Amino acid sequence: MEEVPHAIEEIKEKMKTVKHKILVLSGKGGVGKSTFSAHLAHGLAEDENTQVALLDIDICGPSIPKIMGLEGEQFLEDNLGVMSVGFLLSSPDDAVIWRGPKKNGMIKQFLRDVDWGEVDYLIVDTPPGTSDEHLSVVQYLAAARIDGAVIITTPQEVSLQDVRKEISFCRKVRLPVLGVVENMSGFVCPNCKKESQIFPPTTGGAEVMCQDLQIPLLGRVPLDPHIGKSCDKGQSFMIDAPDSPATLAYRSIIQSKCVCESCEFTWRRGQKVI
Amino acid sequence: MGSWQRLLLFGGGSLRGGGGVCAPPRGSRVLVCRRQLSGAESETLKQRRAQLMSRGLPKQKPIEGVKQVIVVASGKGGVGKSTTAVNLALALAANDSSKAIGLLDVDVYGPSIPKMMNLKGNPELSESNLMRPLLNYGIACMSMGFLVEETAPVVWRGLMVMSAIEKLLRQVDWGQLDYLVVDMPPGTGDVQLSVSQNIPISGAVIVSTPQDIALMDAHKGAEMFRKVHVPVLGLVQNMSVFQCPKCKHKTHIFGADGARRLARTLDLDVLGQSLPEDCGRSGKKIATTSRVIPQVSRKFA
Repeated sequence: MEEVPHAIEEIKEKMKTVKHKILVLSGKGGVGKSTFSAHLAHGLAEDENTQVALLDIDICGPSIPKIMGLEGEQFLEDNLGVMSVGFLLSSPDDAVIWRGPKKNGMIKQFLRDVDWGEVDYLIVDTPPGTSDEHLSVVQYLAAARIDGAVIITTPQEVSLQDVRKEISFCRKVRLPVLGVVENMSGFVCPNCKKESQIFPPTTGGAEVMCQDLQIPLLGRVPLDPHIGKSCDKGQSFMIDAPDSPATLAYRSIIQSKCVCESCEFTWRRGQKVI
Repeated sequence: MGSWQRLLLFGGGSLRGGGGVCAPPRGSRVLVCRRQLSGAESETLKQRRAQLMSRGLPKQKPIEGVKQVIVVASGKGGVGKSTTAVNLALALAANDSSKAIGLLDVDVYGPSIPKMMNLKGNPELSESNLMRPLLNYGIACMSMGFLVEETAPVVWRGLMVMSAIEKLLRQVDWGQLDYLVVDMPPGTGDVQLSVSQNIPISGAVIVSTPQDIALMDAHKGAEMFRKVHVPVLGLVQNMSVFQCPKCKHKTHIFGADGARRLARTLDLDVLGQSLPEDCGRSGKKIATTSRVIPQVSRKFA
């Protein structure tokens, strides 16, 4: 394990050209972390002067190549670069059946051996849980300073239960929480426009959880069948459906929010925390 | 015995460790010999290799008292594995009340079974120091969720997870069970490997939603089970369609019929489609609407 401190120093050097690092986390699987990460990256990269990088550290289930519509390429646009283990597989159907130490090695390589260049925002998409990948990325970026984490959840208690654990994890490892996004929050019937709660917030949803834990609720994104279709086609949903309530919700989260402003503010505050 | 062949390289390459070839210094000649193996020798070599590779791997041993183990898995998270596992256990019990059913939750990081089965509290210990599973709706349940506080994260690396899985498999007093349904976490990593290497699994049910992103990971999950020689019973397509409670209009929120395409590709059956009724209502008995049970029971008949 003597090589770990050495790797941390190397990564700190490499990350000097990366201004902001944001992790997208959730204790629960399937809540929309990769979807949110991809659209956050798209949204930030709409400003041509902002250099954005998207790193997918979900080794077993890398969704980012598919969502971003990339086939073995790492650059989508001039100012948006993507890295994922999905690019290193000979076929998208290959299963990566690795135990923890091998996954840690891969993550170290992504952080240390990828030439990110001058980047304004590095967004890191993570797998569900609080396991090797999460520990590794926090450990390796320890000296390089992470701005914070955005936590994704759905409104149901089964998700919130796991998300509370994730927030506890962030507090344990002193990772500032920028806020929570409630995804799949309501569905409007295309026929009669009635809003239904497919994942009912039986315990008050993310709003009550955020109040209890004193964390900002960054926004609520409703369910839209077109989101899944855009992701499957590898296109930005915000461009495919610019008038959808879900697009408006994403934009409001990306623009008004804490991502841009709180990055600096929360980091400075986080320096004094715990 | 094998025959020797000599290959003479002039100013060519020399073999170095790792199989790469580099140019030797000028003017040198390198003699490379390669031996061809006979059929019997290569068979012996294969067996020897398999023996060496399996050193250090856990020995597969059945759980005492448990007849059949069915795992419910998916490469993808949030597709409804726990919901399907709970439904499967309840329906197996309802299908034949003489069968004893157990439900084991090996999702160490995000255990959902306690909430879904409306169970709380720490398990008691039997006289032989084994954990007694908690009972509800006639199903014996065990989960990491009973062993840690609800809000406490389990921040463990793979090695500790392996040790916890070993305890959940071997140190539970299941009694005599006809079926043990195992709810797996998402992914194809430590937990999946540990479970498939430690116990013989009768079959795996793969759950997915219809969209491509989920199906890609479900495909990986199915491939993983094939690699570790666990029979895949089939696919369950979850969250297929939503019916508006007001106008009864049906919307395929996550796409339509993706699981059928994947099942055809993998030469598997689609065991059933479950509807999103009652999902999210924690703690209540969930009636299954899938056709999974007759299909699964038939596989074990």
